[in-house]
Amino acid sequence: MSPGLAVHRLDATDLERLFHILAGEGYSVIGPMVREGTVIYDRIASSRDLPIGWIDEQTNGSYRLVKTDSPGFFGFSSIAQSWKKFLAPPSRRLFRSQRKNGNFEILREENVPERLAFLGVRPCDLRAIAILDTVHLNGPVVDPDYRARRNHALIIAVNCTKAGNTCFCVSMGSGPEAGAGFDLCLTELLRDGDHCFLVESGSPKGDMLVESLALSEATPEDRSAGREAVRKAAQSMGRALQTDGLAELLAASLSHRRWDEIGRRCLACANCTMVCPTCFCTTVEDGTDLTGTIAWRTKLWDSCFTSEFSYIHGGSVRQGITARYRQWMTHKLSSWVEQFGTFGCVGCGRCITWCPVGIDLTEEAAIFREQTSLHA
Amino acid sequence: METLQPVLAAHPFFQNLEPEYLSLITGCASNVKFDAGTYLFREGEEAHHFYLIRQGKVGLEIFIPELGPVKVQTAGEGELVGWSWLVPPYEWHFDGQALELTRAIALDAKCLRSKCEEDHDLGYQLLKRFISILEQRLQATRLQLLDLYGTRT
Amino acid sequence: MEPAPDVVAIATVPPMNPVPCRIARSGDETGDTFTLELEPPSESGFSFRPGQFNMIYVHGVGEVPISISGDPHRTDSIVHTTRMVGLVTWGMKKHRRGDFLGIRGPYGTPWPMDVAEGNDVVIVAGGIGLAPLRPAIYDILARRDRFGKLVLLYGTRGPSDILYVRQLEEWRARFDFDVHVTVDRAIGPWKGNVGVVTTLIPKVRVDPENTIAMVCGPEVMMRFVAMDLLKLGIPEEKIFVSMERNMKCGIGLCGHCQFGPHFVCRDGPVFSYAAVRRLLGIREI
Repeated sequence: MSPGLAVHRLDATDLERLFHILAGEGYSVIGPMVREGTVIYDRIASSRDLPIGWIDEQTNGSYRLVKTDSPGFFGFSSIAQSWKKFLAPPSRRLFRSQRKNGNFEILREENVPERLAFLGVRPCDLRAIAILDTVHLNGPVVDPDYRARRNHALIIAVNCTKAGNTCFCVSMGSGPEAGAGFDLCLTELLRDGDHCFLVESGSPKGDMLVESLALSEATPEDRSAGREAVRKAAQSMGRALQTDGLAELLAASLSHRRWDEIGRRCLACANCTMVCPTCFCTTVEDGTDLTGTIAWRTKLWDSCFTSEFSYIHGGSVRQGITARYRQWMTHKLSSWVEQFGTFGCVGCGRCITWCPVGIDLTEEAAIFREQTSLHA
Repeated sequence: METLQPVLAAHPFFQNLEPEYLSLITGCASNVKFDAGTYLFREGEEAHHFYLIRQGKVGLEIFIPELGPVKVQTAGEGELVGWSWLVPPYEWHFDGQALELTRAIALDAKCLRSKCEEDHDLGYQLLKRFISILEQRLQATRLQLLDLYGTRT
Repeated sequence: MEPAPDVVAIATVPPMNPVPCRIARSGDETGDTFTLELEPPSESGFSFRPGQFNMIYVHGVGEVPISISGDPHRTDSIVHTTRMVGLVTWGMKKHRRGDFLGIRGPYGTPWPMDVAEGNDVVIVAGGIGLAPLRPAIYDILARRDRFGKLVLLYGTRGPSDILYVRQLEEWRARFDFDVHVTVDRAIGPWKGNVGVVTTLIPKVRVDPENTIAMVCGPEVMMRFVAMDLLKLGIPEEKIFVSMERNMKCGIGLCGHCQFGPHFVCRDGPVFSYAAVRRLLGIREI
């Protein structure tokens, strides 16, 4: 809640109106919902689909949902899924081609992405989207599929008023309060008998929504309650990662013995790369119909934890799990800085929660810092 | 009569060797010439000499019954062939064939060995030079062992 | 090293769609290598810089990065020499004259041809590594007077693995091109050098401070070659190597070709040895 910016107030009972307005603007709403014991992001039609009263308990290798009496919509923290599922889906067809007498022709396809409204984008995930933008849109070659989906997305962020046990967004400077990049930003407030959202707009589309909702300005008390709630979340961060000099430190530690130790625990299951909101690596898969006339190429999420990932004729460059974990962690916390100007980590803690053996990169980074002296 | 000393001094193997040692060595040196296809030495023969090649090319071969002669190394201008003379029982391990007209300085093994025994400083100077060549050959052999260019399976 | 504006690329929208190009010629180089000549898809032709690569698509089979080995001063053909090592290269080989393969490119950083002007040039190739260096040789020979000495050191496994044999003979016949070929081992009537390619390096006579070295071959070979070039006195920032990593997109988006902080497809394949020296010494990077 930047001082000076207009902050409005939306009663919790009026949240449903946001759904109507978004539907009226042609948006499908993607938001959190409970399914099979976890919160996922999927199409939701109403505020009643939100995980009302659900909170989560997370720690290394563990995630549990707990139902409470709270009327809160957003009482949970990071979930396994992230918005890359919608901006850079796990499987995208690149093209289809048809063979004709030794030649082939790429078949024309019109793919107009849906207009999606992302409801409940956490500040860390908002930063993750900014990082995905850098990867897909700011390089020498733009990914047109990503650009189209991104241009069609409306982002409704929700500030965090509670930190998860594996969260460390404060260390990464990405939360618990949303910075730039949202159309609308909500802060959920639960006070005695008063359940409301503070609403800020971050774009002309957001202004339009505020106007359509016909919101009143938040009172100074509301605003200070919002600030206090976010401050509490910041103070209760589950983990911390000391980032100063970290990129250089890891780049200088590529032959450190500690990698072997992590490599012995890591199962190379690729969970961390799948849940990471910034991991963007993809592979391609080719297919044909039975006659080989129609062929297609599909772009799929890939993980640097597979041995095929680094395959060059004759073998894989990264044969051992140690090397693959090192690739992942040094990419997130070191080489990403050189490649894209920021860390590839937003402090969401997903990789810690969803690691089946509970490897914690904040802990590992601290060990490297302790055991490596740059000035040795 | 003109001696071979300036020729020896000009060869990279003896670069910067002190003149007193050079003149000692010159006493063991003789000029030799091999026509293309002829052999400098054969496997199992006594290693009477080693050769500083001035011109041409010498191939080291070993005969493998089902393959025939296999060349494992060649040495050309400015290079040296042979260290069997240094190590008992002083026998050649390979065949050395002149692949083209080859001119060389042959250094008599017995002569050199006795001079080295008499003057260990000379022996040390020579050994240092041989060790450096052996190191290069060993490194090259290791690379050769890696068989880098083949399709890995 | 930005691609020059005069480069006519086969770039498409969307950027991962290949463009069909007709095979004009296909011929064997050695037992497991072959050269394809393709026609550019349009009259504007195709141009590239020595050291760059194309992504080559075989309908329904897959796509691989292959270095360009043609003459950079010709825009009427796209030439690739490759070895049959996987499904896609086998598929390329099965295609005949008149068939079509998909092309997009050129991609990647070139050999430092401009920097090399006025310098002696030492080119060291191992095995199929001569293919991405051939365009650099064509370029230097096309404007030979702008460069100092030109030396090629080329090593292969055996005499039957030598690429571009007739061309090597022509080059060796020139008075302004010092060509040395060696093989790791030789069976039969081979009269040339036997020994790994590094054994040729001590014989090179160049002005090391003013020499550009371009090296391409298996990674281990490049490491040893670079060490020996340093011993000659060539500074590490004047030694260039061409790296190889898995590539799925060629345009810096798929993440596969990472080599430390570098995307080999975009920041490479050609790197100065100074930039990659430390990484080359780290296992499985």
